[in-house]
Amino acid sequence: MTITEYFNLLFTDYTLRTITLGTAVLGAICGMLGSFAVLRKQSLLGDAISHAALPGIAVAFLITGAKDTNTLLLGALVSGLIGTFWIRGMTKKTHLKSDTALGLVLSLFFGFGMLLLTYIQKQPNANQAGLDKYLFGQAATLVESDVILMLIVTGLALIVMLLFWKEFKILLFDADYTKTLGFNTKFIDITITFFIVLAIVLGLQTVGVVLMSAMLLAPAAAARQWTNKLSVMVFLAAIFGAFSGVFGTAISASQNNLSTGPVIVLVASVFVLFSFIFSPGRGLLFRQLRFRRNRRDLQLKKTLQFMFGIVETHENISHPHAIKILNNFQGFAKSSLKEMVEKGWISLNGQEWALTQKGFEEAQTMFDKKDDNE
Amino acid sequence: MSNPQIEIQLIAAVVAVACAIPGVFLVLRKMALISDAISHSILPGLVLGFFITQDLNSPLLIIFAAFTGIITVVLVEWIQKTGLVKEDTAIGLVFPALFSIGVILIAKNANDVHLDVDAVLLGELAFAPFDRLMMSGVDVGPKSLWVMGVILVITVALLLLFFKELKVSTFDVGLSSALGFSPVILHYGLMSISSITVVGAFEAVGAILVVALMIAPAATSYLLTSDLKKMLLLSVLFGVFSAISGYWLAHWLDASIAGSISTMLGLVFLIVYLFAPKKGLIAVMYRQKQQRIEVSLLTFLLHLNNHTEEEERHINHLREHINWQKIRAKSVVDLAEKNNLISIDNQLVSLTEKGSNFTNIALEYIITNKDENIEHLKDDFFLFRG
Repeated sequence: MTITEYFNLLFTDYTLRTITLGTAVLGAICGMLGSFAVLRKQSLLGDAISHAALPGIAVAFLITGAKDTNTLLLGALVSGLIGTFWIRGMTKKTHLKSDTALGLVLSLFFGFGMLLLTYIQKQPNANQAGLDKYLFGQAATLVESDVILMLIVTGLALIVMLLFWKEFKILLFDADYTKTLGFNTKFIDITITFFIVLAIVLGLQTVGVVLMSAMLLAPAAAARQWTNKLSVMVFLAAIFGAFSGVFGTAISASQNNLSTGPVIVLVASVFVLFSFIFSPGRGLLFRQLRFRRNRRDLQLKKTLQFMFGIVETHENISHPHAIKILNNFQGFAKSSLKEMVEKGWISLNGQEWALTQKGFEEAQTMFDKKDDNE
Repeated sequence: MSNPQIEIQLIAAVVAVACAIPGVFLVLRKMALISDAISHSILPGLVLGFFITQDLNSPLLIIFAAFTGIITVVLVEWIQKTGLVKEDTAIGLVFPALFSIGVILIAKNANDVHLDVDAVLLGELAFAPFDRLMMSGVDVGPKSLWVMGVILVITVALLLLFFKELKVSTFDVGLSSALGFSPVILHYGLMSISSITVVGAFEAVGAILVVALMIAPAATSYLLTSDLKKMLLLSVLFGVFSAISGYWLAHWLDASIAGSISTMLGLVFLIVYLFAPKKGLIAVMYRQKQQRIEVSLLTFLLHLNNHTEEEERHINHLREHINWQKIRAKSVVDLAEKNNLISIDNQLVSLTEKGSNFTNIALEYIITNKDENIEHLKDDFFLFRG
């Protein structure tokens, strides 16, 4: 199946439509909530939580014996929350740093989950197959009810976010100020964290434990490059996330042997890379261009100052001087002289240059002027 | 115990020691999550290395994969340096992308590569003894034992050689560069060793257990001691203990060895986390409660010191005026009385001579030494603590 065929089939094929819708919604909610995670410097929390959710899935299966997605995800939610609060407890009550706490919860919970999963596999119960799809996720197993659940959670998250927008925003940027204003910071904090955990748990089935953190981070990190405004960032991140989901599904459906999770993550990573390089405000390309332009500008002005120093001692400011005397001055080049002529600062006459009135005034007032950028 | 059983435990123990040593430094340098990133991102290195060498047992493969680990570190640092995102975001962006590439490479070449993504995550310690190293036709032991043994010897040798330098650069980067030890070289040295250890270990125990074996013993011992040498020793002990007890847990449950070892590591950590004498959760909470009551006591004594009028010193006044809860007021008054700081006469509280002495000194101390603790003052005056 080629990609064009995929997009043709999208409107007729039920399974494909479900999966695409599912990954798109997932990408959107992850991008939306991921923006908060990234700005709160909790980027790797997602990684820890998604790993910490694994034992919950296994325990839920051990208790109920059923493979009902919602039950398993509830288990994942509980153990994800336990992991999250343990991380907080550890960093607050002991001198262990957050990276150690995250790494501990991630690896220990995951190890325990694997112990339970392998234990379950040895049990004489034919029902257990397929639990390991939560490791890498299988978008193909998405059914309509899963997508509806995702839509409900997304809607809920959206409502809560709009309702508490002001509180979320102020807590992000100035937690102390929020407290002095009398907001219940603990409550707001827990609400955001809860929804982040919820989004991660929802994604486990599709993207899997291992790659879930990238789903949360990448769209938000990409969106961050294009704007300094929270609302725009959240919106952009949701769009990037949704597109990663759709493109990822399309690419993986059009090839054999490609699981959806890794492809979605790679598409999201491409978004990040593109944003890193090409975003106009912060991007590396434009930053480099700006840097060059500034350096060139500085060089021209330096030359002009040097000329001004020579001319100052003469009565006639336009008295010609030999280009040769500029030679021992660093940064001088034929092209920079030409540029200065274009700006009307000097006039060239054979091997001699002369400062114009405009150039003289420019040099005289250079240090009094305010930069346009300021 | 059969021969393979002993060999599995030996491999597990060697891996535990080899991971614990770099783990201590990673935890102390607040770079614990780098081990997570490395353990995931070596996957594409392994696959590419396999394409080149066409031999899963080639030592070149380890070097290739370890090199990918170092590339990960460099990439993370480069992204950080651009200032576009924070450090943790940089880690979180790099390793899933590399891991995805690895997974896709394996999936696209599933017929050529005998690498299983599940095995990469979990390792196959149970099968390790069956992969023998043959030297001129003689069976000298399991291959992974030799690989890890060599890595362990190198790690220990480097640790002994550069212990001082590592210590200084871990705790004081500025001093270390002033003394002429380049922190950059030590940093990349540590990263290289971690990377090689992760690669060597994860064939046996899987990517996630490597992370557990690196971070958990170090974090556990960090709660017990502040001495680097003791911390290293304790980490090694915890690692070996968990490795061997984890093996028997797996044996008993018939479950994944890697999973059981991490579970044992988790249990050990949980116990220490709760019960560590000074830095454990219970000790910390107890100390916080003690300090809360003692601060209240001080407030109470200062209040008494300020007021001579009778209605301000009535015992019920505490609750009415300062608005303390009943229990807290009672424990504060009890504590003060036990320490002979106040005397209660006909429901009127007054400071004893010792009490007013303490209050005056404490007051002076608070005024002159703003934020420093007054623990030694309490030691002088208190027979009983809060």
